[in-house]
Amino acid sequence: MTNGTPLNGLGMEFFIDHSRCIGCRACMQACEECDTHRGVSMIHLEEIMRADSVQTAPQVCMHCEDPICAQVCPADAIKKTADGVVQSSLKPRCIGCSNCVLACPFGVPKYKAEINQMMKCDMCYDRTSIGKRPMCATVCPSGALTFTTRENIERTRQGVAIREWQFGDEVVRTKVNVLVPRSVHRIDVTVEQIGRTKTDEYDVATLLAGD
Amino acid sequence: MAKPPIAIPELVAEFGPKLNRTPVTGWTTDVQADKLVKTHCCFCGQQCGIQLKVKDNRVIGFEPWEDFPFNQGRLCPKGVKRYMQDEHPDRLKAPMMRREGAGFVPVSWGEALDKVADEIRCIQQTYGNDAFALLGGASLTNEKAYLMGKFARVAVKTANIDYNGRLCMVSAAAASKKIFGIDRAANPWSDIPLAKAILVAGSNVAECAPITTHYLWQARENGAKLIVTDPRMTPIARNADLYIPVRPGGDIGVFNGMLHVMIERGWINRDFIAQHTTGWEQVEETVRKYTPEYAAKIAGVPASMIVKAAEIWGPAPTSFLLHARGIEHHTKGVQNCMAAINLVVATGRIGREGCGYGMITGQGNGQGGREQGQKCDQLPGGRDIENPEHRKYIASVWGVPEESIPHKGLSMIPIFEAIHAGKIKGLMAISSNPMVSLPNSAYIREALEKLEFFCQIDFFLSETARYADVVLAGSLMEEDEGTTTNVEGRVIHHQKAVDPPGDARVDWRIICDLAGRLGAGDKFGFASPREMFEELRVASKGGVSDYYGITWDRIDREMGVFWPCPSPEHPGTPRLYEGARFNHPDGKAHFQPVEWKPAAEETDSEYPIVLTTGRVVSHYLSGTQTRRIGALVDQYPQPLCEIHPLLATKLGIADGDFVRVESRRGSVTVRASVVKTIRPDTVFVPYHWPLDRAANNMTVRAIDPISNIPEYKICAVRVSKVPEPHDAIAELEVQAGGVR
Repeated sequence: MTNGTPLNGLGMEFFIDHSRCIGCRACMQACEECDTHRGVSMIHLEEIMRADSVQTAPQVCMHCEDPICAQVCPADAIKKTADGVVQSSLKPRCIGCSNCVLACPFGVPKYKAEINQMMKCDMCYDRTSIGKRPMCATVCPSGALTFTTRENIERTRQGVAIREWQFGDEVVRTKVNVLVPRSVHRIDVTVEQIGRTKTDEYDVATLLAGD
Repeated sequence: MAKPPIAIPELVAEFGPKLNRTPVTGWTTDVQADKLVKTHCCFCGQQCGIQLKVKDNRVIGFEPWEDFPFNQGRLCPKGVKRYMQDEHPDRLKAPMMRREGAGFVPVSWGEALDKVADEIRCIQQTYGNDAFALLGGASLTNEKAYLMGKFARVAVKTANIDYNGRLCMVSAAAASKKIFGIDRAANPWSDIPLAKAILVAGSNVAECAPITTHYLWQARENGAKLIVTDPRMTPIARNADLYIPVRPGGDIGVFNGMLHVMIERGWINRDFIAQHTTGWEQVEETVRKYTPEYAAKIAGVPASMIVKAAEIWGPAPTSFLLHARGIEHHTKGVQNCMAAINLVVATGRIGREGCGYGMITGQGNGQGGREQGQKCDQLPGGRDIENPEHRKYIASVWGVPEESIPHKGLSMIPIFEAIHAGKIKGLMAISSNPMVSLPNSAYIREALEKLEFFCQIDFFLSETARYADVVLAGSLMEEDEGTTTNVEGRVIHHQKAVDPPGDARVDWRIICDLAGRLGAGDKFGFASPREMFEELRVASKGGVSDYYGITWDRIDREMGVFWPCPSPEHPGTPRLYEGARFNHPDGKAHFQPVEWKPAAEETDSEYPIVLTTGRVVSHYLSGTQTRRIGALVDQYPQPLCEIHPLLATKLGIADGDFVRVESRRGSVTVRASVVKTIRPDTVFVPYHWPLDRAANNMTVRAIDPISNIPEYKICAVRVSKVPEPHDAIAELEVQAGGVR
């Protein structure tokens, strides 16, 4: 199956709008509550540079079309479902080698030493398979995480939903969409950007010196 | 003698706060809930719909409630983890009495209630009825808020009852009443996404009202421009079209400056003003001198920001103002709100789709808690306790002689001043934790220590309950039933999920039992909260906040009903002031001219930095509940002092250093968080923690002359780097006031 195949026949997809995120962590707190992995969050929130800005970014699994985590897994412990969800590692197979942790371009898989296993977001497969929306995208108070139809997103959001990323020479297509300005068609992630982002615009002292 | 019976660390060891980290059934997929109870979160005034999972009379988890229209399943971390306050190891399960040197020992309800009634009688016989005071709370249901007001006037017969909404909504309330004659957000939140200009004045929406964020972002998707004023760049300010980093206390500069520019550019609705308002001339006269340059000096921001704000707000076809504690927690809190609301009235953009304003309630029942008569100057239905007609009507509902109803009493801060002055000798409090929530903590502690008798109704032993002679084990929201009124004025129904544990009792039964012991049992024969609501409906009938047409059945059927709702056939009133009909006798809105004035305590060479206080997203108010939930404490474990790198460098402070923040009244020692997202002349410390971590150790006991709200948002401090503290309090767990 290809990306975007309707989950449960409802045409629902996952959308992230980073500009909406308020860093409240309701997503992580709710993720902990899910029936299959209760008490452990499978997603995380990045504080971009707290000293400079309050910007935050929620990180769920992007569910790559051709998941690198699964490719590099020597134990074949990471499976993709027919509808495109990349599942957490299979307990009997995972050997805790952390290849996936190192390989994922989004930093999603986490090695849990206490159980010697990698665990990650499976888009609440237990919920979506019975017609419920994923926990994080249900509770998110800002709409930064949304689980809805593409049609609904196009009707209610100014940005455009894309799911194609460029990491150096590598193009990665994901099941999860991100909302970006209409001029953007692919997110180009280059290593050079790190540390060079201009953050003065968020410095209150700079703003006060405005006139 | 109301001092803690044993040392604080010993009390903490026994009563917490300890952290609840796992559901009572453990983290397992095996347990199926018996039922899902559709109810509401108790952790802020938005009152989001939520479903609690219940098994064997225990709350074991939650499930989003996507059908409830206000939040459609959305929750903040407090809502997600709220169920962890249930089945908690710290839960009080029996009434207790203080034993010097031994702590608090369980007693029977008979003994505890007899003791409280005896003490009330004894103090009143010796010192007069008003020597016993009551404190209610805005986290109480409407039914309980109503009951507290009636209990004070009919059973205890004291004038001195007030509530902790005094620390929350009273400036907003007074401003709205002065201008429009009604104290309520003018619009349902569904109007926000329809507005083309939005001004958020002094509200950290992302952390204090997270669900409102979605409404703001939806407005922006629809093309709205968002203006945010705040001394800190909060998460919503980051993405605002215009962020104005206003100086604490400089808000009137922004508002009057905007109005000045709007007049100059002709962005005033003069037809509306002529037909539907009074007092415009004085406002126009007042703002004449508030040129952008003059206003900018007051606001402490570049003049261009004020002009730009006017350019966004002035010509917009529709607009929405949201204000909160950032402009309200001031000795000029009412003035700040009125100056902001003048911007709404001057454009005539109110009472129609996408046009209006709201004040963001902080406490769970921040709206309803201020209507049912637990304020010192108020009778049910938002009635005036000094108005002879109002007194007569309520006397008839209660079946008491009008002259038996006490007159206006003292508000919350003056109650504590009267305790210091020896005029108030006894106190009973519910839903309130003044040791953390009131300004100048040392002064509050001394007051509690002076009391001859202090009784607290509580579900956990709060920092204030430690000073009690008798602690009565009451109920959590989900252990009882009742209504609250959300931020929009929507009356909603909290369903009971479980019974109170052990020997704990529902709050209203405790109060009714006490009323019986005080000889007023015939007026408190309620068999259920529903019966109280039925009496409340009648008591509110014809008042400003008229609930008469609202029934619990209607609430359940209609997903809440907006007051005023004067008859059962009435649809309720989501949007006030339609057709520009305002609630003053002349039907007009009354402009209020506002002049800026300084704060009670401005900075000086000795204390050169402004301290402003507020909340973080994972904690609620004084933390009595959220400092007991592991996941919420992990998210923000201890208060941090936010300080700009320019100021930090000058003071030799690096990120993570311990700093002492000190005012003339007290200090805290906390870690520094060096961030560029705050004004360099201001530091911020959140207030949810007790003891040596209490931001209110520093704040000033100065109140707005109209609303009597304390000035939490401004006091003068100095900040210095100090070594890590290792005293007995510092060694406590962070949730109890320690450091990590």
